[in-house]
Amino acid sequence: MSEENKPQETKPKNMIQAINSAMDVAMDRDPNVCVFGEDVGYYGGVFRATAGLQEKYGKTRAFDTPINECGIIGVAVGMATYGLRPVAEIQFADYIYPGLDQIVSEAARLRYRSAGEFTVPMVIRSPFGGGIFGGQTHSQSPESIFTHICGIKTVIPSTPYDAKGLLIAAIEDPDPVVFFEPKRIYNGPFDGHYDEPVQPWSKHPASAVPDEHYVIPLGKANTLREGNDVTLLVYGTMVHVALRAVEELGVDADVIDLRTLLPLDIEAIENSVKKTGRCVIMHEATRTSGFGAELAALVQERCFYHLEAPVQRVTGYDTPYPHSLEWAYFPGPVRTRLALERVMEDVSGQV
Amino acid sequence: MAADEPRRNLPPLQLHIPEPKFRPGDEADFSDIEVPPAGETPRPDTAAPHDAMRGHAYGLVRVLDDDHKAVGPWDPKLDADTLRKMLRAMALTRAYDQRMFRAQRQGKTSFYMKCTGEEAVAIAATFALDRDDMTFPSYRQQGILIARDWSLVDMMNQVYSNKKDRLKGRQLPIMYSTKQGAFFSISGNLATQFPQAVGWAMASAAKGDTRIAATWTGEGSSAEGDFHSACTFAAVYKAPVIMNVVNNQWAISSFSGFAGAEQTTFAARAVGYGIAGLRVDGNDALAVYAATQWAAERARTNNGPTLIEHFTYRAEGHSTSDDPSQYRSADEAAEWPLGDPIARLKNHLIGLGEWTEEKQEAMDQEVAEQVKTAAKQAEKNGILGHGLHHPLETMFEEVFEEMPWHLREQEEEMLAENRAANNVAKTR
Ligand SMILES: Cc1ncc(C[n+]2csc(CCOP(=O)(O)OP(=O)(O)O)c2C)c(N)n1
Repeated sequence: MSEENKPQETKPKNMIQAINSAMDVAMDRDPNVCVFGEDVGYYGGVFRATAGLQEKYGKTRAFDTPINECGIIGVAVGMATYGLRPVAEIQFADYIYPGLDQIVSEAARLRYRSAGEFTVPMVIRSPFGGGIFGGQTHSQSPESIFTHICGIKTVIPSTPYDAKGLLIAAIEDPDPVVFFEPKRIYNGPFDGHYDEPVQPWSKHPASAVPDEHYVIPLGKANTLREGNDVTLLVYGTMVHVALRAVEELGVDADVIDLRTLLPLDIEAIENSVKKTGRCVIMHEATRTSGFGAELAALVQERCFYHLEAPVQRVTGYDTPYPHSLEWAYFPGPVRTRLALERVMEDVSGQV
Repeated sequence: MAADEPRRNLPPLQLHIPEPKFRPGDEADFSDIEVPPAGETPRPDTAAPHDAMRGHAYGLVRVLDDDHKAVGPWDPKLDADTLRKMLRAMALTRAYDQRMFRAQRQGKTSFYMKCTGEEAVAIAATFALDRDDMTFPSYRQQGILIARDWSLVDMMNQVYSNKKDRLKGRQLPIMYSTKQGAFFSISGNLATQFPQAVGWAMASAAKGDTRIAATWTGEGSSAEGDFHSACTFAAVYKAPVIMNVVNNQWAISSFSGFAGAEQTTFAARAVGYGIAGLRVDGNDALAVYAATQWAAERARTNNGPTLIEHFTYRAEGHSTSDDPSQYRSADEAAEWPLGDPIARLKNHLIGLGEWTEEKQEAMDQEVAEQVKTAAKQAEKNGILGHGLHHPLETMFEEVFEEMPWHLREQEEEMLAENRAANNVAKTR
């Protein structure tokens, strides 16, 4: 076979490139898709997620905005009710709060309050999570604020492959979606071992991201590893922390990447916990009223008689994300191991 | 009817997207920027009604003329000693920025932001305020602390997030805070300080105090709702506050047009709210001083707030995280029609016969030495990530005044985790 006739091999993509490709594909297929946000247009975003889109699709479809998150989200709602499919970027999840009213009271409720006449098929993309020494205003994980709102979907990918498929699904979804991107794993699957270099995504199978359109349906979890003794419920960066910990400790675990927090794949959770009888929930967000609380409630409601041990949570602490003590705050390998040891203790107290 | 069905026989609408004049590779030419001659703008009485001075929101208060002489009614007529102190504070700030930026590049901390080219905005204003007037800065007014002779070592401890950091390693570098320095805790969330400054000023007025408040924000951040909330409250309650918009032309990669500069000035926001607005040459330390002095007197005499736009230029990148050559013309800084604030004040002093190039050179060396000595001292207290942090327990302190049970439990868990990790981190 001559060089030219070889099938085109897709170059491995990191998470940013996969997210960029998702928007590219969506914009190419549907002229109603547009992207905007602070530094999103010419510069292509401070993390470069929208790089090249303005050049390719023009300034009215990929543009910069004033620094006003309330405005960004408010105009996205307006554009969506006109019939566009806006993909708004909030530069850091920590800066989404000025736009909260437009999400809670407007985007999330318009379908309901107009009896289905006005709908908001928009996506809010935002990098979230810590591990980059960003201090308390570049590190937060506010996902449970959004799952608490009725009428909005919340999606969190953990690999380049998933990020692309989920983002396309979010853009094509008829309802508003908040899409949080774990920025610590933009360049590689960080597993909590901060003292080791992080492998680039190109060494990971999930960096094989097709250039074409594909969809990963919202509401479907991904079981990354099957086992019999314990279920780990994870999403975002914590997926990689969990996989590494389970491997290191030789635990026979189901590791379930939720991918969509709302609507939740309750079937996958229920089947797994009924099988293993043990459950550890992990998130980087603060513990109290975090999404883990909802998961723990669902697990005990549905799997109570199958449980062999109390459900454990591995989370961030209920403090702002500290700058210099970042690694003491981050729920890393040791916190995960201690939780696994607790949950594996049987009633007689033996491991 | 669907949006894309043909409508009445009308011309199609068009969406306007602002575009800066120059991008990478372009030759910057600022000849269209109107720079009125220094000394031309009248100085209203500090009790003048806001609507009698609307022109000031569209003009440009300038004191230093092209020959570096101080001219016109806004000349604050400062003595040479004060001018030299101001010059030194600006030079020290620039040297401090250079050193700390380099420290970040050397891996001694995570992040840094310079204020190069806009030193006058914070420093000259601070000289015009009283030492106990409360300041609510953004992250680019380190000059306030330096103008108030704050300890460089103390500032660096914060940048290094080390064991002597007064903020216990909690905040991102440059987000200083000191009540004693009348310098409000800097937030990462833009423009939140604006309504807070107004509230502080309202409280000061309600209590019959004599102190006023001053706050700063970038022009980009003036698009935030908080800015507009602040203007509304300041106007309604005639709060004794000075609200500064530092128009340095760029907000990361977005030019000022994305905050509304294609349509009007930032000082002109004042007109709509019914407050006094001044537009000032931000690279002219004397003009900044004079405008602040005017606004301070207005506030102190219960004549209400002033919104000041400082027209300046961000001569370097936004922070250690960006590369400005990716989004703007490389020669903009050199072409900036209002020059460099340090060079202008220096030339003014030389013109007065109160300074020389040799003295300037010697001073530059002195401040560089001063910064170097301070850095060595601060680095003894630790640099980021090398173990010399505040003890782990401090993570849970000051979330509340009294620690609730759940934080106590989490603290215990954290300590147990640290023991399980062979005490990697320092505890009490
Ligand atoms: C609420 C909020 N939104 C976005 C950001 C991210 N951000 C940090 S600085 C910045 C640009 C600010 O530009 P400007 O106000 O002009 O100030 P300058 O940096 O030029 O001094 C942006 C968008 C933030 N820190 N807070």
